[in-house]
Amino acid sequence: MEGTMFARGLKRKCWDGDEDVEGAPAAPSYSLQRQSLLDMSLVKLQLCHTLVEPNLCRSVLIANTVRQIQEEMTQDGAWQLPAPPVAGRGPLDHLVSTEILCRAAWEQQGQRPAPDLPSELPGALGAPAPGSAQSCIWEADSSRGHRGSFPKSLDQIFETLESRAPSPVEGLFADAGGPYYDLDAVLTGMVGGKSGPGGGDGLQALAPAGAPPPSASCKRDLGELDHVVEILVET
Amino acid sequence: MAGAGGGGCPAGGNDLQWCFSQVKGAVDEDVAEADIISTVEFNYSGDLLATGDKGGRVVIFQREQENKSRPHSRGEYNVYSTFQSHEPEFDYLKSLEIEEKINKIRWLPQQNAAHFLLSTNDKTIKLWKISERDKRAEGYNLKDEDGRLRDPFRITALRVPILKPMDLMVEASPRRIFANAHTYHINSISVNSDHETYLSADDLRINLWHLEITDRSFNIVDIKPANMEELTEVITAAELHPLQCNVFVYSSSKGTVRLCDMRASALCDRHAKFFEEPEDPSSRSFFSEIISSISDVKFSHSGRYMMTRDYLSVKVWDLNMESRPVETHQVHEYLRGKLCSLYENDCVFDKFECCWNGPDSAIMTGSYNNFFRMFDRNTRRDVTLEASRESSRPRASLKPRRVCPGGRRKKDEISVDSLDFNKKILHTAWHPADNVIAVAATNNLYIFQDKVN
Repeated sequence: MEGTMFARGLKRKCWDGDEDVEGAPAAPSYSLQRQSLLDMSLVKLQLCHTLVEPNLCRSVLIANTVRQIQEEMTQDGAWQLPAPPVAGRGPLDHLVSTEILCRAAWEQQGQRPAPDLPSELPGALGAPAPGSAQSCIWEADSSRGHRGSFPKSLDQIFETLESRAPSPVEGLFADAGGPYYDLDAVLTGMVGGKSGPGGGDGLQALAPAGAPPPSASCKRDLGELDHVVEILVET
Repeated sequence: MAGAGGGGCPAGGNDLQWCFSQVKGAVDEDVAEADIISTVEFNYSGDLLATGDKGGRVVIFQREQENKSRPHSRGEYNVYSTFQSHEPEFDYLKSLEIEEKINKIRWLPQQNAAHFLLSTNDKTIKLWKISERDKRAEGYNLKDEDGRLRDPFRITALRVPILKPMDLMVEASPRRIFANAHTYHINSISVNSDHETYLSADDLRINLWHLEITDRSFNIVDIKPANMEELTEVITAAELHPLQCNVFVYSSSKGTVRLCDMRASALCDRHAKFFEEPEDPSSRSFFSEIISSISDVKFSHSGRYMMTRDYLSVKVWDLNMESRPVETHQVHEYLRGKLCSLYENDCVFDKFECCWNGPDSAIMTGSYNNFFRMFDRNTRRDVTLEASRESSRPRASLKPRRVCPGGRRKKDEISVDSLDFNKKILHTAWHPADNVIAVAATNNLYIFQDKVN
């Protein structure tokens, strides 16, 4: 009866309870936990497409969890895009990088962002359901083409997750030796560093320069992000 | 309520000493997927015990008559019949496989010498007749003993065929096939007290059938939204009232139970009663909804109570009180702090079942590490037992187990991190009258009974 929760004996990936995770002196910030839960949930939804019809109850519960997280992030202003004016829609990378900036700032604070920040995307997220993504889940034969009123950044998540077969998650990370990135390297525009993924959401394929250097608390969080990346890469 | 069993043994889970009786199934560490037991059910008398597995097979065990030389020893269960109930199918329209896994078996009350049961996979319900043949006719006029037809012109005399005994043969034959009525996966079937109708429930709809009619059913509940993108809740289990043939309940993934009365309208979209416990705001988390999802609902034999199983607890409800349960029993509260890991490895979506004992004085449900839990409603005591081959000597008493939630682990306790989450007890059944229980542990079926004097 010496089974473990993780069959291969990997160290704990989640931040359950008050246990110390290896190498991390403090629990990850609430934002980070919430973000990694969101990522995990989105990956779970994407992996539903098997030969047998996916379990509808499980899909509904995961989708509801995603919605709850999104609603909370909306209230916190987590979806807020920063003020810097952009002439028209910028390229994919530009939108992604600015989001990383926002997140990096919160991680530096190490606290949950204040809930009274105005959100610039209230309408899109207020929609009852992330429609297009969920329609893929409920009806196995529905098309995945249309995106609906999905917020741009989440749109990108689904696009990147879906469009790269056979291992969509691995495609999220740009080339380089391993799945790990040094957040420093990513934010300063150098891809292919050693340890630590960036941002926690896996979208930072390329990041232009101009990001502020990450603080010490960011570095600590990277230990936690390692776990998240392990999950994402191995699925 | 009368006590169960003989010899003055009190009913319930804890005044009794539970002992190993039998174990069925392969011993190998390597478990074939098809052998995983997916449902367990005693019939109304308890003499027959049916199991269904992922490979679509049904195995029925029959209890041997009590041995006169050992009057206090209960009969053993031996294989009575084995048959392939469902085969894998392919839905060409959706390009998806339809699993042959038996989701549920429900027995019909016995009306003649044959036994009838309903078995279902995700899409199709079948009524099986299990009958015995222990005689055969010999001395036909028109055919030889080996079955060849005799030339009628050669028959010069007539004789009456006589019945001769033969080795007992148990035959299972499909008598009705109830198909093409469910778009989503069937999770429950329930036989009505009128013995003529039964219901089947999938994620979004519940249908009422007549046992004799296979080409149509009545849709009595439909919670499919017009726009599937608005779907936030599914049906997880349903059951007909044991005594009132017009009443049934269904549970949802949001932790609610609706009781419906079929006399009110043809489509029971409006419930007669709505059972939901208010959420404790202090324990709210992103996992609150998932762990509140009800995986099983069972009426008590008396019909006065019902029991619901969610991820961490079992609740007993009085049908006359909708606002909150009358009893809440924690199954494995020590898992509350591990919900993130359990979400990650999908364990949080495991569907545990629960069951009542005959007198409704005790309830039982499964957990991880091949543990199962029993709660005595009268004494308020509970016990954790384990289904394992290590304690499988005949009539060996089961030793209560303890899980150490954290901190210092005492001797004989198991720490939460040592639990094997691949060894889950999802399906258990309690004999309708005696203190005999059947516990399905992956591909093995354990039978335990109380210690006889």
